[in-house]
Amino acid sequence: MSHVFAGQVLVLARRSLVRTVRQPANIVFPLVFPLLLLAVNAGGLDAATRLPGFPTDSFVAFALAIPFIQGALFATMNAGTDLARDIQTGFLNRLSLTPMRGISLLAGQLGGIVTMGVVQALVYLSVGLAVGVRLESGPAGALVLLAFALLISVGFGALGAFAALRTGSGEAVQSLFPAFFVFLFISSMNLPRNLIEIDWFRTAATVNPVSYLIECVRSLIITGWDGQALALGFGIAAAITVVALALASVSLRTRLTRS
Amino acid sequence: MKTLWVIRGVAWRTLHRVFTNPSLLIPSLVFPLFFFVAFAGGLSRVDDVPGFDFPLGYTAFQFVFVLLQSAAFGGVFTGFGIARDFETGFARRLLLAAPNRSGIVLGYAVAALVRWLVTAAVVTAVALAAGMEVGGDGVDLFGLYALALVLNVAAIFWAAGIAMRLRTEQAGPIMQMPVFLVLFFAPVYVPLSLLEGWIHTLASINPLTRVLEAGRSLLAGSPTEVGVAFAVAAGLAGAFWLWALRGLRSAERAG
Repeated sequence: MSHVFAGQVLVLARRSLVRTVRQPANIVFPLVFPLLLLAVNAGGLDAATRLPGFPTDSFVAFALAIPFIQGALFATMNAGTDLARDIQTGFLNRLSLTPMRGISLLAGQLGGIVTMGVVQALVYLSVGLAVGVRLESGPAGALVLLAFALLISVGFGALGAFAALRTGSGEAVQSLFPAFFVFLFISSMNLPRNLIEIDWFRTAATVNPVSYLIECVRSLIITGWDGQALALGFGIAAAITVVALALASVSLRTRLTRS
Repeated sequence: MKTLWVIRGVAWRTLHRVFTNPSLLIPSLVFPLFFFVAFAGGLSRVDDVPGFDFPLGYTAFQFVFVLLQSAAFGGVFTGFGIARDFETGFARRLLLAAPNRSGIVLGYAVAALVRWLVTAAVVTAVALAAGMEVGGDGVDLFGLYALALVLNVAAIFWAAGIAMRLRTEQAGPIMQMPVFLVLFFAPVYVPLSLLEGWIHTLASINPLTRVLEAGRSLLAGSPTEVGVAFAVAAGLAGAFWLWALRGLRSAERAG
């Protein structure tokens, strides 16, 4: 039984990956745009490292965490848009007539997204190292970073899948992008929380879970091994993943019953 | 006279479509506000960086960037509409019906301008409500908004040129990305004097740097290099007008 399940997941994961690879925009944009924003921010905000209390003298090292989270946001969009297309084109309906288990569809879809997520993380990390960033946590930190990228890809990918299954519309999934972007920008993305001067912004960044995802990655790069940052980052990423997977599973069941 | 009818018809239809469709209207209003909040709020401490000498504070410093950005993206968003009109076949019918086809481009430009004026009013109101200081007098502020307006015209002609050549909504990133890059490779977060290395070199040769710095000087009430900034913005608008007209000819040839 588990062998059959694994086979189904593999087939669908391969389909998800091939579909992504065949659309260059789905690869190039998630890779290039976060790096472009990193270049812009690192260049433009380098002077901010002169602020008293700024944790590093390299803004590139400080900002390198951002592409990892942005990459996960793109995973949300890609997973959601692809699944919504499956719903819109009737692929999901046809699939429901086969012995394929619903959960295989979800796992397969996420398998493709996770592969892309890890590739993205490797590219961001390589670019960071190439421009002179050194990981304070060492080579083991790089492995933890990749594990974290994998976890958030699953979590955000499941969120995208949930949105797609719930709405059945690619446009609706795409419209979530600005909302996710708000979470990214109203966070400790550009300055450490203790250096944010405006009270309401600091409060918003403090209650925003994305701040802790960024700070988890950032701690591995500029601090070393910070147990609290890692626990908060992995804890929040795991919670997002569990909730998103549960929501996506329920929505999938409803969607398959309807079809 | 016939050209005016075309301009009025195209502008009215575009504006009606935008202002009756929340999914088109809201992003163009919300995005500038969002950038303003994220930059002016999240980065306000940057005005403590040694050498940061903008007298009105960080909110006003970022306001000028957001105002110019909204002008440029107002033009690009209207370009998306042109591409959509070609994809749905509406633009082809428009080409057949219009007695003067350059009026079509001008009509879209008028729509982009009106659309941006609404965005600018909202962004300004929010900035003032957030306590932004204004140092310039009426003439300086008129200069600032006029500069943004010329930039808006340049952006719509740029986007129209792309939309009329490619005639598909998939051209969106090609319209958007260069504008995004030119805007963000200007001194967005700190004055030019505080930029170092490659970004300083890039910002120094970026024509938008002159426009951004002149805009900030107008808001501060100490205008510098305003003539150069207007010349740059007008030059871009003129060059992209020719670019848009050639795009129109390309669309005509395609039928």
